[in-house]
Formats: sequence, C-alpha cells, structure tokens
Amino acid sequence: MAARIIYEKDKMTVRLEGDLDHHGAAIIRAGIDDAILVNRPKTLVLDFGGITFMDSSGIGLVMGRYRLMQSLGGEIVMSNMPKNIKKVMRLAGLEKLGRMEDEEVKV
Amino acid sequence: MKSLNEMRMTVESRSVNEGFARVAVAAFASQLDPTVEEISDVKTAVSEAVTNCIVHAYPKTVGKIYISAAIYKNGLLKIRIKDNGVGIPDVKKAMEPLYTSLGGERAGLGFAVMESFTDKVRVRSTVGKGTTVTLEKKMCGRDE
Repeated sequence: MAARIIYEKDKMTVRLEGDLDHHGAAIIRAGIDDAILVNRPKTLVLDFGGITFMDSSGIGLVMGRYRLMQSLGGEIVMSNMPKNIKKVMRLAGLEKLGRMEDEEVKV
Repeated sequence: MKSLNEMRMTVESRSVNEGFARVAVAAFASQLDPTVEEISDVKTAVSEAVTNCIVHAYPKTVGKIYISAAIYKNGLLKIRIKDNGVGIPDVKKAMEPLYTSLGGERAGLGFAVMESFTDKVRVRSTVGKGTTVTLEKKMCGRDE
C-alpha cells in the first residue's frame, strides 16, 4: 500500500496504490493527515485509480479524511472509486461526503 | 448436504494476514470458474469478516482465526470464519450499517458489505467465547 501525494495550488491529490484494507489504511493514514495539516488544501482529491483491492476500511479512511477536511473548511473529491465500493457507499448514504469523479486525475 | 471439496486454515489475528486470508479463499473458490466480479465479492466479504476478528474479537491480543470453505452442488460456496475472541453482545446492533463499537476510523460497514456481496450471512456469537460468521454465495460462473 502506498500513497503518492501531489500538490497544485489549493488542491492536494493523493494517488492510492495497492490493497486498501485495514492493514493498508493504517500504513498510509498518518502520512496523508500530516500532508493535509501542513499544506491546508481547499480540495483533497483521493484517487483510487491505482487501487487493486478495497473494503470498508477504505470507506473508513475516506470518512476520517472527510472529517479532517471539514474541520479545516475544505472539501474532498473521490476519483476512480471501485464500482463495488461505490455501491456500498450509496447504500450507506455516504456519496454525500464528497464529489465522485471517474475520469483520471491529471497530474 | 455433502460437500464436493473443502479447505481449512488457521491464521493469527495480525492485520498483515487480511490479504493472505482473502486471497487464499478466492484461490480455493476459483475452481468454480467464477467471474471476476464474483471473486472480487468473495475477497471483499472475507476481508471484512477477518478484519472484524482482528479489530474486535482480539482487540489487545493475537488470537487464532479459523477459516474454512466448502463447495457444494450447483456452485454453492460456503465460508466460515470463526474466532475465540470477546464475542458480540448485540449481534443485531453490530450488523446495523454505520454502527461501530469503535468509532474513529471504522466505517461500521463490515456486515453491510458482507450482506451486499454474498447471498447469506449468518452470525453466531457468545460473549467471552467467540464469534462464527458463515457466508454463502452461489457462484454462477462464466458460462451462465
């Protein structure tokens, strides 16, 4: 599990790579939060395009970052969310957490 | 009902085993010639059940997780994930979407994912003794 972080102006993109489960989320969480707190982006883009597996721990990661961004007055965008996970998020009414985009985020 | 094939394995409740457990069960299920989506559903459901054992059943210790899977006629796959952990006091509540006993980084969607990605989820739990989750999924396979 890896998270590549790219900054441009007010936007911070986190490109997630690998298996995003409870084990993987624990590895990348602190690094993402540190980067948010240092850079204070207006928009946090979580790009799931490089994700090879994701379960509800990945949704937990989104919910936690949503809370952090909200407390800083920012928003989140979920890009290339795996189809099956999108379905679960809709069922739980979580699509309201942020915008969902399917196109590749340009870096 | 007699199974056509069975597997059994035991892993320790270390988070690094989440990936191993779901891939092992998926590899066993692959003999049913499933679709990519079916395999992905099985992996995700197993991952949720195993993560529950690691996070909830054995919160401060490392315990054993007993995983077995069996194949029956007509592509029926049954998976059992059992622990000897703390148990769940209120199974109905634990299964409610977005409910979590831990808060913070847990979404509270583990059972919701299991229910949405399999055909049947059964949970038996005794406080202080442990929990058994049984998942059933009919694999229709690639030729239907």
